[in-house]
Amino acid sequence: MRVLVNGEARELPDAISVAELVAGEAPGLGDGRGVAVAIDEQVVPHSAWDATKLQDGQRIEVLAAMQGG
Amino acid sequence: MGDLELGGRSWGSRLIMGTGGFRSLRSMEEAIAASGAEIVTVALRRVEVAASGSVIGSLRGAERFLLPNTAGCYTAHDAVLTARMAREAFATDWVKLEVIGDDRTLFPDPTELLDAAETLVGEGFVVLPYTNDDPILARRLEELGCAAVMPLGAPIGSGMGIRNPYNLRIIVEQASVPVICDAGVGTASDAAIAMELGCDGVLLASAVARARDPVKMAAAMRAAIEAGRLAFEAGRIPRKLHAEASTPVEGTPEWSS
Repeated sequence: MRVLVNGEARELPDAISVAELVAGEAPGLGDGRGVAVAIDEQVVPHSAWDATKLQDGQRIEVLAAMQGG
Repeated sequence: MGDLELGGRSWGSRLIMGTGGFRSLRSMEEAIAASGAEIVTVALRRVEVAASGSVIGSLRGAERFLLPNTAGCYTAHDAVLTARMAREAFATDWVKLEVIGDDRTLFPDPTELLDAAETLVGEGFVVLPYTNDDPILARRLEELGCAAVMPLGAPIGSGMGIRNPYNLRIIVEQASVPVICDAGVGTASDAAIAMELGCDGVLLASAVARARDPVKMAAAMRAAIEAGRLAFEAGRIPRKLHAEASTPVEGTPEWSS
């Protein structure tokens, strides 16, 4: 399955969940506080991370808290 | 000195601190503590460039209210998506709305800003827009339902102070939501001037983060904002060209000369 993660083309196992993706991308971010995920510009709530499986061709953004004005 | 009433809550500090530009997380933590700020802004970025989870850890540990921003957005579309992501990431409806017009001035783009504000207010956000020092635009933002207006004193990070105090005064005069001076403050007197003009608060980052001694500058800002607010509440004397004696003239002895 090919998807775009934060603008980068990636080959991922089929039926990987959002929770699994986040655990792989941002292992230090634990409980997901300060992290948000969107699939094709739709926010995926934390409560749906386990149940939401990625699909081929999707554009995924994984954002995390950082310092800023 | 009265509390700041903002977004339906009372705040003891009228200083909102940005968390960007510090040399280290430790420097940021110490400066924020010295500033007394209760509200601090944070940003969202793609995970590979996000410093680490520690920024949120250190800020949350200190029980501060995290106000996400939409820094780096140039369109209403991007700002709205970023705000929705921030709502999920930080579990808050509050957003410091920034929609930038160009990267040389970092001035807000007024039409995109209004578009984004309207959408986000409609989605139930507490919208705090970073805006130009334009009274008409400030009024439009207030009419759309923004919880405050946050006019710039000067370009972000410029440290040029309050470049158009007259416009700020007009914005303050007409606003019935809090006015927060956001951007441009370079040193303590700039923050004091913003408060003396009647602003309800000041949002700043660079002036502290990039000072030689951020902790000392944070303390200076805290004192300046308190002093400026007290002076505003006290009511300054009018400016006059000529002197007015403070010692009574009556009863002055007449010496033979």
